[in-house]
Amino acid sequence: MKTVLSESDIARTIRRMAHEILERNSGPFLLLGIPTRGVSLARALAEAIDSISPDVCEVGQIDVGLFRDDRDTRKAKPIAETVIPGSVDGTTIILVDDVLFSGRTIRAALDALSSFGRPAMVQLAVLIDRGHRELPIRADYVGKNLPTSLSEKVSVKTMEDDSEDSVVIE
Amino acid sequence: MRHLLSTDELSREKAIEILDSASQISRLNQDTTRKFPTLQGKTVVTLFFEDSTRTRISFELAAKRLSADVINFSSGGSAVSKGENLKDTAQTLEALGADALIVRHSASGASYNLAHNGWTSASIVNAGDGTNQHPTQALLDALSLRQGFEIKDGEGLDGKKILIVGDILHSRVARSNLSLLPTLGAEVDAVGPGSFSPGCKYANLDEALETKPDAVMMLRVQKERMNQPLIPSDKEYSRFWGLTEQRVKQVPNSLILHPGPMNRGLEISSYAAESENSLVLSQVKNGLAIRMAVLSMILGSKNEA
Repeated sequence: MKTVLSESDIARTIRRMAHEILERNSGPFLLLGIPTRGVSLARALAEAIDSISPDVCEVGQIDVGLFRDDRDTRKAKPIAETVIPGSVDGTTIILVDDVLFSGRTIRAALDALSSFGRPAMVQLAVLIDRGHRELPIRADYVGKNLPTSLSEKVSVKTMEDDSEDSVVIE
Repeated sequence: MRHLLSTDELSREKAIEILDSASQISRLNQDTTRKFPTLQGKTVVTLFFEDSTRTRISFELAAKRLSADVINFSSGGSAVSKGENLKDTAQTLEALGADALIVRHSASGASYNLAHNGWTSASIVNAGDGTNQHPTQALLDALSLRQGFEIKDGEGLDGKKILIVGDILHSRVARSNLSLLPTLGAEVDAVGPGSFSPGCKYANLDEALETKPDAVMMLRVQKERMNQPLIPSDKEYSRFWGLTEQRVKQVPNSLILHPGPMNRGLEISSYAAESENSLVLSQVKNGLAIRMAVLSMILGSKNEA
Protein backbone atom coordinates (compact mmCIF):
# COMPACT_ATOMS: atom_id res chain seq x y z
CA MET A 1 0.00 0.00 0.00
CA LYS A 2 1.43 3.36 -1.05
CA THR A 3 0.04 6.82 -0.39
CA VAL A 4 -0.06 8.75 -3.64
CA LEU A 5 -1.66 11.96 -2.40
CA SER A 6 -1.71 13.19 1.17
CA GLU A 7 -4.27 15.47 2.74
CA SER A 8 -2.32 18.62 1.85
CA ASP A 9 -1.66 17.33 -1.69
CA ILE A 10 -5.38 16.84 -2.19
CA ALA A 11 -6.20 20.31 -0.84
CA ARG A 12 -3.66 21.88 -3.23
CA THR A 13 -4.91 19.79 -6.17
CA ILE A 14 -8.52 20.80 -5.49
CA ARG A 15 -7.52 24.49 -5.43
CA ARG A 16 -5.66 24.12 -8.73
CA MET A 17 -8.62 22.35 -10.33
CA ALA A 18 -10.94 25.09 -9.07
CA HIS A 19 -8.78 27.68 -10.87
CA GLU A 20 -8.76 25.61 -14.06
CA ILE A 21 -12.52 25.26 -13.98
CA LEU A 22 -12.97 29.01 -13.52
CA GLU A 23 -10.54 29.75 -16.37
CA ARG A 24 -12.69 27.78 -18.77
CA ASN A 25 -16.11 28.79 -17.48
CA SER A 26 -17.08 32.42 -17.13
CA GLY A 27 -20.81 31.90 -16.70
CA PRO A 28 -22.65 29.95 -14.00
CA PHE A 29 -22.26 26.17 -13.89
CA LEU A 30 -23.44 23.18 -11.90
CA LEU A 31 -21.09 20.65 -10.28
CA LEU A 32 -22.62 17.17 -10.10
CA GLY A 33 -20.81 14.60 -7.96
CA ILE A 34 -21.16 10.90 -8.70
CA PRO A 35 -21.80 8.87 -5.49
CA THR A 36 -20.11 7.98 -3.32
CA ARG A 37 -16.75 9.81 -3.28
CA GLY A 38 -17.56 12.11 -6.20
CA VAL A 39 -20.15 13.84 -4.04
CA SER A 40 -17.75 14.96 -1.33
CA LEU A 41 -15.17 15.95 -3.97
CA ALA A 42 -17.79 18.06 -5.76
CA ARG A 43 -18.54 19.82 -2.47
CA ALA A 44 -14.85 20.45 -1.82
CA LEU A 45 -14.43 21.82 -5.35
CA ALA A 46 -17.49 24.04 -4.96
CA GLU A 47 -16.09 25.41 -1.71
CA ALA A 48 -12.75 26.19 -3.37
CA ILE A 49 -14.48 27.82 -6.34
CA ASP A 50 -16.71 29.86 -4.03
CA SER A 51 -13.71 31.25 -2.18
CA ILE A 52 -12.21 32.50 -5.47
CA SER A 53 -15.34 33.60 -7.26
CA PRO A 54 -18.54 33.57 -5.23
CA ASP A 55 -21.98 32.71 -6.66
CA VAL A 56 -20.93 31.11 -9.95
CA CYS A 57 -21.44 27.45 -9.11
CA GLU A 58 -24.09 25.26 -7.60
CA VAL A 59 -23.51 21.72 -6.45
CA GLY A 60 -25.61 18.56 -6.61
CA GLN A 61 -25.23 14.84 -7.13
CA ILE A 62 -26.35 12.25 -9.66
CA ASP A 63 -26.58 8.50 -9.06
CA VAL A 64 -25.80 6.31 -12.06
CA GLY A 65 -26.64 2.82 -10.72
CA LEU A 66 -29.76 2.33 -12.82
CA PHE A 67 -27.92 3.44 -15.97
CA ARG A 68 -24.87 1.19 -15.82
CA ASP A 69 -24.22 -1.25 -18.67
CA ASP A 70 -21.98 -3.52 -16.62
CA ARG A 71 -24.44 -4.54 -13.92
CA ASP A 72 -24.18 -8.20 -14.91
CA THR A 73 -20.49 -8.33 -14.11
CA ARG A 74 -20.28 -6.38 -10.88
CA LYS A 75 -22.08 -6.34 -7.59
CA ALA A 76 -24.56 -3.51 -7.57
CA LYS A 77 -24.41 -0.80 -4.94
CA PRO A 78 -27.68 0.38 -3.43
CA ILE A 79 -29.19 3.27 -5.31
CA ALA A 80 -28.00 6.60 -3.91
CA GLU A 81 -29.67 9.95 -3.87
CA THR A 82 -29.88 12.24 -6.89
CA VAL A 83 -30.14 15.97 -6.18
CA ILE A 84 -30.17 18.38 -9.09
CA PRO A 85 -30.70 22.01 -8.06
CA GLY A 86 -32.58 23.85 -10.80
CA SER A 87 -32.93 22.57 -14.33
CA VAL A 88 -30.45 20.63 -16.46
CA ASP A 89 -31.71 22.23 -19.68
CA GLY A 90 -29.27 24.76 -21.09
CA THR A 91 -26.95 24.51 -18.07
CA THR A 92 -23.21 23.92 -18.10
CA ILE A 93 -22.64 20.76 -16.07
CA ILE A 94 -19.37 19.54 -14.66
CA LEU A 95 -19.44 15.91 -13.58
CA VAL A 96 -17.14 15.12 -10.68
CA ASP A 97 -15.82 11.66 -9.80
CA ASP A 98 -12.94 10.31 -7.75
CA VAL A 99 -11.26 7.88 -10.16
CA LEU A 100 -11.55 7.72 -13.95
CA PHE A 101 -10.91 4.12 -15.02
CA SER A 102 -12.88 2.28 -17.72
CA GLY A 103 -15.08 5.29 -18.43
CA ARG A 104 -18.27 3.27 -17.93
CA THR A 105 -19.43 5.25 -14.91
CA ILE A 106 -19.15 8.46 -16.92
CA ARG A 107 -21.03 6.92 -19.83
CA ALA A 108 -23.81 5.96 -17.40
CA ALA A 109 -23.74 9.47 -15.91
CA LEU A 110 -24.17 10.99 -19.38
CA ASP A 111 -27.21 8.76 -19.93
CA ALA A 112 -28.59 9.65 -16.51
CA LEU A 113 -28.10 13.36 -17.26
CA SER A 114 -29.94 13.16 -20.55
CA SER A 115 -32.92 11.66 -18.74
CA PHE A 116 -33.16 14.97 -16.87
CA GLY A 117 -32.81 17.24 -19.86
CA ARG A 118 -30.37 18.67 -22.37
CA PRO A 119 -27.39 20.44 -20.81
CA ALA A 120 -25.66 23.20 -22.78
CA MET A 121 -22.31 21.54 -22.15
CA VAL A 122 -20.94 18.69 -20.06
CA GLN A 123 -17.40 18.64 -18.71
CA LEU A 124 -15.64 16.12 -16.51
CA ALA A 125 -13.42 16.62 -13.46
CA VAL A 126 -11.68 13.69 -11.75
CA LEU A 127 -9.20 13.54 -8.93
CA ILE A 128 -7.32 10.54 -10.36
CA ASP A 129 -7.02 9.33 -13.96
CA ARG A 130 -5.66 5.80 -13.78
CA GLY A 131 -5.92 4.94 -17.48
CA HIS A 132 -7.30 1.67 -18.97
CA ARG A 133 -10.21 3.33 -20.75
CA GLU A 134 -12.76 1.05 -22.43
CA LEU A 135 -14.66 3.93 -24.03
CA PRO A 136 -13.68 7.12 -25.88
CA ILE A 137 -14.03 9.32 -22.79
CA ARG A 138 -11.51 11.78 -21.34
CA ALA A 139 -11.52 14.23 -18.45
CA ASP A 140 -11.36 18.01 -18.84
CA TYR A 141 -9.77 18.49 -15.42
CA VAL A 142 -7.47 15.91 -13.87
CA GLY A 143 -6.08 16.10 -10.35
CA LYS A 144 -3.36 13.56 -10.99
CA ASN A 145 -2.52 11.16 -13.78
CA LEU A 146 -1.63 7.88 -12.17
CA PRO A 147 -0.33 5.11 -14.45
CA THR A 148 -1.47 1.79 -12.97
CA SER A 149 -1.58 -1.87 -13.80
CA LEU A 150 -4.96 -3.60 -13.95
CA SER A 151 -4.21 -5.63 -10.83
CA GLU A 152 -3.68 -2.53 -8.71
CA LYS A 153 -6.45 -0.92 -6.73
CA VAL A 154 -6.71 2.84 -6.36
CA SER A 155 -8.80 4.12 -3.48
CA VAL A 156 -9.70 7.70 -2.78
CA LYS A 157 -10.64 8.47 0.80
CA THR A 158 -12.48 11.62 1.77
CA MET A 159 -13.06 13.28 5.11
CA GLU A 160 -16.84 12.97 4.71
CA ASP A 161 -16.90 9.26 3.95
CA ASP A 162 -13.74 7.87 5.53
CA SER A 163 -12.71 10.60 8.03
CA GLU A 164 -9.43 11.22 6.19
CA ASP A 165 -8.32 12.74 2.89
CA SER A 166 -5.91 10.54 0.97
CA VAL A 167 -5.31 8.56 -2.20
CA VAL A 168 -3.68 5.17 -1.84
CA ILE A 169 -2.66 2.50 -4.33
CA GLU A 170 -2.57 -1.19 -3.41
CA MET B 1 -30.06 -11.65 -4.14
CA ARG B 2 -31.18 -14.16 -6.74
CA HIS B 3 -34.82 -14.75 -5.79
CA LEU B 4 -37.33 -13.02 -3.54
CA LEU B 5 -39.53 -15.73 -2.09
CA SER B 6 -40.29 -14.72 1.45
CA THR B 7 -39.70 -11.90 3.91
CA ASP B 8 -38.27 -14.51 6.32
CA GLU B 9 -35.07 -14.62 4.32
CA LEU B 10 -34.47 -10.86 4.46
CA SER B 11 -31.95 -9.58 6.98
CA ARG B 12 -32.52 -6.14 8.49
CA GLU B 13 -29.67 -4.74 6.34
CA LYS B 14 -31.05 -6.21 3.13
CA ALA B 15 -34.59 -5.05 3.90
CA ILE B 16 -33.42 -1.51 4.62
CA GLU B 17 -31.32 -1.56 1.44
CA ILE B 18 -34.44 -2.41 -0.59
CA LEU B 19 -36.47 0.32 1.16
CA ASP B 20 -33.72 2.90 0.60
CA SER B 21 -33.33 2.04 -3.08
CA ALA B 22 -37.10 2.22 -3.52
CA SER B 23 -37.34 5.59 -1.84
CA GLN B 24 -34.58 6.95 -4.12
CA ILE B 25 -36.41 5.57 -7.14
CA SER B 26 -39.67 7.17 -6.07
CA ARG B 27 -37.84 10.49 -5.58
CA LEU B 28 -36.45 10.21 -9.13
CA ASN B 29 -39.98 9.79 -10.42
CA GLN B 30 -41.45 12.66 -8.41
CA ASP B 31 -41.28 15.44 -10.99
CA THR B 32 -41.59 13.40 -14.15
CA THR B 33 -41.92 9.76 -15.06
CA ARG B 34 -38.56 8.36 -15.96
CA LYS B 35 -37.56 5.23 -17.77
CA PHE B 36 -34.27 3.55 -16.87
CA PRO B 37 -32.18 1.31 -19.16
CA THR B 38 -31.28 -1.00 -16.26
CA LEU B 39 -32.92 -4.20 -17.52
CA GLN B 40 -32.50 -3.71 -21.25
CA GLY B 41 -32.49 -7.07 -23.01
CA LYS B 42 -33.97 -8.94 -20.03
CA THR B 43 -37.26 -10.78 -20.26
CA VAL B 44 -39.63 -10.73 -17.33
CA VAL B 45 -42.70 -12.95 -17.25
CA THR B 46 -45.62 -12.33 -14.93
CA LEU B 47 -46.94 -15.81 -14.26
CA PHE B 48 -50.29 -15.43 -12.55
CA PHE B 49 -52.33 -18.52 -11.72
CA GLU B 50 -54.63 -16.45 -9.55
CA ASP B 51 -56.59 -13.31 -10.33
CA SER B 52 -54.91 -10.04 -9.59
CA THR B 53 -55.05 -6.57 -11.03
CA ARG B 54 -52.96 -4.26 -8.92
CA THR B 55 -50.05 -6.58 -8.22
CA ARG B 56 -49.72 -7.69 -11.83
CA ILE B 57 -50.05 -4.18 -13.22
CA SER B 58 -47.58 -2.88 -10.65
CA PHE B 59 -44.98 -5.53 -11.52
CA GLU B 60 -45.56 -5.08 -15.24
CA LEU B 61 -45.11 -1.32 -14.98
CA ALA B 62 -42.04 -1.72 -12.75
CA ALA B 63 -40.38 -4.04 -15.29
CA LYS B 64 -41.29 -1.73 -18.18
CA ARG B 65 -39.94 1.35 -16.38
CA LEU B 66 -36.63 -0.54 -16.17
CA SER B 67 -36.77 -1.31 -19.92
CA ALA B 68 -37.30 -5.08 -19.61
CA ASP B 69 -39.46 -6.97 -22.09
CA VAL B 70 -42.59 -8.12 -20.29
CA ILE B 71 -44.75 -11.11 -21.07
CA ASN B 72 -48.00 -11.55 -19.22
CA PHE B 73 -49.11 -15.09 -18.62
CA SER B 74 -52.31 -15.85 -16.82
CA SER B 75 -53.73 -19.31 -16.40
CA GLY B 76 -57.26 -18.22 -17.28
CA GLY B 77 -58.82 -20.93 -15.18
CA SER B 78 -57.09 -23.90 -16.77
CA ALA B 79 -57.94 -27.19 -15.09
CA VAL B 80 -54.62 -28.97 -15.49
CA SER B 81 -53.33 -30.44 -12.25
CA LYS B 82 -51.20 -27.87 -10.46
CA GLY B 83 -47.79 -29.49 -10.09
CA GLU B 84 -47.44 -30.56 -13.69
CA ASN B 85 -48.86 -27.40 -15.05
CA LEU B 86 -46.43 -25.25 -13.13
CA LYS B 87 -43.43 -27.35 -14.18
CA ASP B 88 -44.35 -27.44 -17.85
CA THR B 89 -45.09 -23.76 -17.95
CA ALA B 90 -41.85 -22.90 -16.20
CA GLN B 91 -39.84 -25.04 -18.61
CA THR B 92 -41.56 -23.53 -21.62
CA LEU B 93 -40.79 -20.04 -20.41
CA GLU B 94 -37.23 -21.04 -19.64
CA ALA B 95 -36.83 -22.29 -23.20
CA LEU B 96 -38.03 -18.91 -24.42
CA GLY B 97 -35.30 -17.23 -22.40
CA ALA B 98 -37.18 -15.71 -19.48
CA ASP B 99 -34.77 -14.12 -17.00
CA ALA B 100 -37.28 -13.66 -14.20
CA LEU B 101 -40.63 -15.21 -13.36
CA ILE B 102 -43.00 -13.23 -11.17
CA VAL B 103 -45.26 -15.89 -9.78
CA ARG B 104 -48.64 -15.84 -8.13
CA HIS B 105 -50.18 -19.17 -7.30
CA SER B 106 -52.94 -20.41 -5.03
CA ALA B 107 -50.69 -23.14 -3.64
CA SER B 108 -48.45 -22.11 -0.75
CA GLY B 109 -44.84 -22.89 -1.63
CA ALA B 110 -45.29 -22.69 -5.42
CA SER B 111 -42.56 -20.06 -5.76
CA TYR B 112 -40.21 -21.99 -3.51
CA ASN B 113 -40.69 -25.04 -5.69
CA LEU B 114 -39.91 -23.11 -8.85
CA ALA B 115 -36.80 -21.58 -7.33
CA HIS B 116 -35.38 -24.74 -5.80
CA ASN B 117 -36.17 -27.84 -7.76
CA GLY B 118 -34.21 -27.15 -10.89
CA TRP B 119 -37.07 -26.70 -13.36
CA THR B 120 -35.80 -23.33 -14.41
CA SER B 121 -32.74 -21.16 -13.96
CA ALA B 122 -34.75 -17.93 -14.02
CA SER B 123 -34.94 -15.71 -10.96
CA ILE B 124 -38.22 -16.10 -9.08
CA VAL B 125 -40.15 -13.30 -7.43
CA ASN B 126 -43.01 -14.44 -5.25
CA ALA B 127 -46.06 -12.29 -5.95
CA GLY B 128 -48.25 -14.24 -3.55
CA ASP B 129 -48.42 -17.97 -2.91
CA GLY B 130 -51.59 -19.27 -1.29
CA THR B 131 -51.80 -18.25 2.33
CA ASN B 132 -48.03 -18.15 2.72
CA GLN B 133 -46.16 -15.04 1.56
CA HIS B 134 -46.39 -11.86 -0.50
CA PRO B 135 -43.03 -10.24 0.18
CA THR B 136 -43.27 -7.14 -2.03
CA GLN B 137 -46.53 -6.22 -0.30
CA ALA B 138 -44.86 -6.27 3.12
CA LEU B 139 -41.94 -4.23 1.75
CA LEU B 140 -44.24 -1.59 0.32
CA ASP B 141 -46.17 -1.50 3.60
CA ALA B 142 -42.90 -0.98 5.47
CA LEU B 143 -41.89 1.81 3.08
CA SER B 144 -45.28 3.52 3.47
CA LEU B 145 -45.00 3.23 7.25
CA ARG B 146 -41.48 4.63 7.24
CA GLN B 147 -42.64 7.61 5.19
CA GLY B 148 -45.78 8.01 7.28
CA PHE B 149 -43.74 8.13 10.48
CA GLU B 150 -41.25 10.48 8.77
CA ILE B 151 -38.33 8.17 9.51
CA LYS B 152 -35.12 8.80 7.56
CA ASP B 153 -33.60 6.52 4.93
CA GLY B 154 -31.21 3.97 6.37
CA GLU B 155 -33.38 3.31 9.40
CA GLY B 156 -36.00 0.74 10.36
CA LEU B 157 -39.29 1.04 12.23
CA ASP B 158 -37.81 0.67 15.68
CA GLY B 159 -40.25 0.83 18.57
CA LYS B 160 -43.34 1.45 16.44
CA LYS B 161 -46.47 -0.47 17.40
CA ILE B 162 -48.33 -1.93 14.45
CA LEU B 163 -51.72 -3.62 14.79
CA ILE B 164 -52.71 -6.05 12.04
CA VAL B 165 -56.46 -6.67 12.00
CA GLY B 166 -58.55 -9.31 10.30
CA ASP B 167 -58.12 -12.68 8.65
CA ILE B 168 -54.64 -13.49 9.95
CA LEU B 169 -55.14 -17.19 9.27
CA HIS B 170 -55.61 -16.91 5.51
CA SER B 171 -53.57 -13.80 4.86
CA ARG B 172 -50.20 -13.94 3.14
CA VAL B 173 -50.02 -10.18 3.62
CA ALA B 174 -50.22 -10.68 7.38
CA ARG B 175 -47.66 -13.47 7.33
CA SER B 176 -45.19 -11.44 5.28
CA ASN B 177 -45.59 -8.43 7.55
CA LEU B 178 -45.38 -10.54 10.70
CA SER B 179 -41.86 -11.48 9.74
CA LEU B 180 -40.68 -8.28 8.04
CA LEU B 181 -41.90 -5.61 10.47
CA PRO B 182 -40.27 -7.18 13.56
CA THR B 183 -37.06 -7.58 11.51
CA LEU B 184 -37.21 -3.81 11.08
CA GLY B 185 -37.69 -3.35 14.82
CA ALA B 186 -41.46 -2.81 15.04
CA GLU B 187 -43.72 -4.44 17.62
CA VAL B 188 -46.51 -6.23 15.81
CA ASP B 189 -49.77 -7.53 17.18
CA ALA B 190 -52.17 -9.55 15.04
CA VAL B 191 -55.83 -9.51 16.04
CA GLY B 192 -59.20 -10.61 14.74
CA PRO B 193 -62.18 -12.82 15.56
CA GLY B 194 -61.30 -16.26 16.87
CA SER B 195 -61.99 -17.98 13.56
CA PHE B 196 -59.52 -15.64 11.83
CA SER B 197 -56.98 -15.12 14.55
CA PRO B 198 -56.94 -18.06 16.95
CA GLY B 199 -55.86 -17.08 20.43
CA CYS B 200 -56.58 -13.39 19.97
CA LYS B 201 -56.84 -11.77 23.38
CA TYR B 202 -59.30 -9.06 22.40
CA ALA B 203 -63.05 -9.42 21.95
CA ASN B 204 -63.33 -6.65 19.41
CA LEU B 205 -61.37 -3.93 17.65
CA ASP B 206 -62.20 -1.30 20.30
CA GLU B 207 -60.30 -3.27 22.92
CA ALA B 208 -57.36 -3.79 20.58
CA LEU B 209 -57.23 -0.08 19.76
CA GLU B 210 -56.88 0.73 23.45
CA THR B 211 -53.23 -0.32 23.13
CA LYS B 212 -52.82 2.90 21.06
CA PRO B 213 -51.01 1.43 18.06
CA ASP B 214 -48.96 3.78 15.88
CA ALA B 215 -50.52 2.21 12.80
CA VAL B 216 -53.46 -0.05 12.04
CA MET B 217 -53.23 -2.41 9.08
CA MET B 218 -56.63 -3.72 7.99
CA LEU B 219 -56.73 -6.97 6.03
CA ARG B 220 -59.24 -7.78 3.36
CA VAL B 221 -61.87 -10.38 4.23
CA GLN B 222 -60.93 -12.95 1.60
CA LYS B 223 -64.09 -14.83 0.81
CA GLU B 224 -62.31 -16.78 -1.94
CA ARG B 225 -60.05 -18.42 0.61
CA MET B 226 -62.76 -19.47 3.03
CA ASN B 227 -64.07 -22.91 2.21
CA GLN B 228 -66.54 -22.62 5.07
CA PRO B 229 -68.25 -19.60 6.56
CA LEU B 230 -65.91 -18.26 9.23
CA ILE B 231 -67.79 -15.11 10.08
CA PRO B 232 -71.51 -15.09 10.94
CA SER B 233 -72.32 -12.13 8.70
CA ASP B 234 -70.68 -9.13 7.06
CA LYS B 235 -72.62 -6.80 9.33
CA GLU B 236 -71.46 -8.53 12.45
CA TYR B 237 -67.84 -8.54 11.29
CA SER B 238 -68.02 -4.87 10.55
CA ARG B 239 -69.62 -4.14 13.94
CA PHE B 240 -66.93 -5.96 15.91
CA TRP B 241 -63.83 -5.68 13.74
CA GLY B 242 -64.44 -3.10 11.01
CA LEU B 243 -62.48 0.18 11.07
CA THR B 244 -65.49 2.46 11.38
CA GLU B 245 -65.51 6.25 11.56
CA GLN B 246 -66.02 6.07 15.32
CA ARG B 247 -62.99 3.80 15.77
CA VAL B 248 -60.78 6.03 13.59
CA LYS B 249 -61.67 8.89 15.95
CA GLN B 250 -60.69 6.70 18.89
CA VAL B 251 -57.09 6.61 17.58
CA PRO B 252 -56.69 9.98 15.82
CA ASN B 253 -52.89 9.67 15.51
CA SER B 254 -52.67 6.15 14.08
CA LEU B 255 -51.81 5.62 10.44
CA ILE B 256 -54.20 3.42 8.45
CA LEU B 257 -53.13 0.82 5.91
CA HIS B 258 -55.01 -1.59 3.68
CA PRO B 259 -53.43 -3.77 0.99
CA GLY B 260 -56.47 -3.46 -1.30
CA PRO B 261 -58.77 -4.19 -2.91
CA MET B 262 -60.92 -2.78 -0.13
CA ASN B 263 -64.32 -4.07 0.86
CA ARG B 264 -65.69 -0.70 1.88
CA GLY B 265 -68.24 -1.00 4.63
CA LEU B 266 -66.94 -4.43 5.64
CA GLU B 267 -63.43 -4.33 7.10
CA ILE B 268 -62.86 -0.64 6.42
CA SER B 269 -65.22 2.32 6.23
CA SER B 270 -64.98 4.96 3.52
CA TYR B 271 -64.23 7.45 6.28
CA ALA B 272 -61.17 5.45 7.34
CA ALA B 273 -59.99 4.80 3.78
CA GLU B 274 -60.14 8.49 2.92
CA SER B 275 -59.03 9.96 6.23
CA GLU B 276 -55.87 12.04 6.26
CA ASN B 277 -54.06 9.29 8.14
CA SER B 278 -54.80 6.76 5.43
CA LEU B 279 -51.74 5.48 3.53
CA VAL B 280 -53.77 3.44 1.04
CA LEU B 281 -52.77 5.42 -2.05
CA SER B 282 -49.17 5.83 -0.98
CA GLN B 283 -49.07 2.04 -0.61
CA VAL B 284 -49.98 1.68 -4.29
CA LYS B 285 -47.41 4.28 -5.31
CA ASN B 286 -44.71 2.70 -3.19
CA GLY B 287 -45.56 -0.70 -4.65
CA LEU B 288 -44.18 0.41 -7.99
CA ALA B 289 -40.95 1.74 -6.46
CA ILE B 290 -40.44 -1.38 -4.31
CA ARG B 291 -40.91 -3.65 -7.32
CA MET B 292 -38.49 -1.59 -9.40
CA ALA B 293 -35.94 -1.81 -6.60
CA VAL B 294 -36.42 -5.57 -6.22
CA LEU B 295 -36.23 -6.26 -9.97
CA SER B 296 -33.13 -4.11 -10.37
CA MET B 297 -31.44 -5.89 -7.47
CA ILE B 298 -32.37 -9.36 -8.67
CA LEU B 299 -31.76 -8.95 -12.39
CA GLY B 300 -29.62 -5.85 -12.63
CA SER B 301 -26.58 -7.06 -10.77
CA LYS B 302 -24.15 -9.88 -10.51
CA ASN B 303 -25.61 -12.39 -8.09
CA GLU B 304 -23.60 -13.35 -5.07
CA ALA B 305 -24.91 -16.91 -4.98
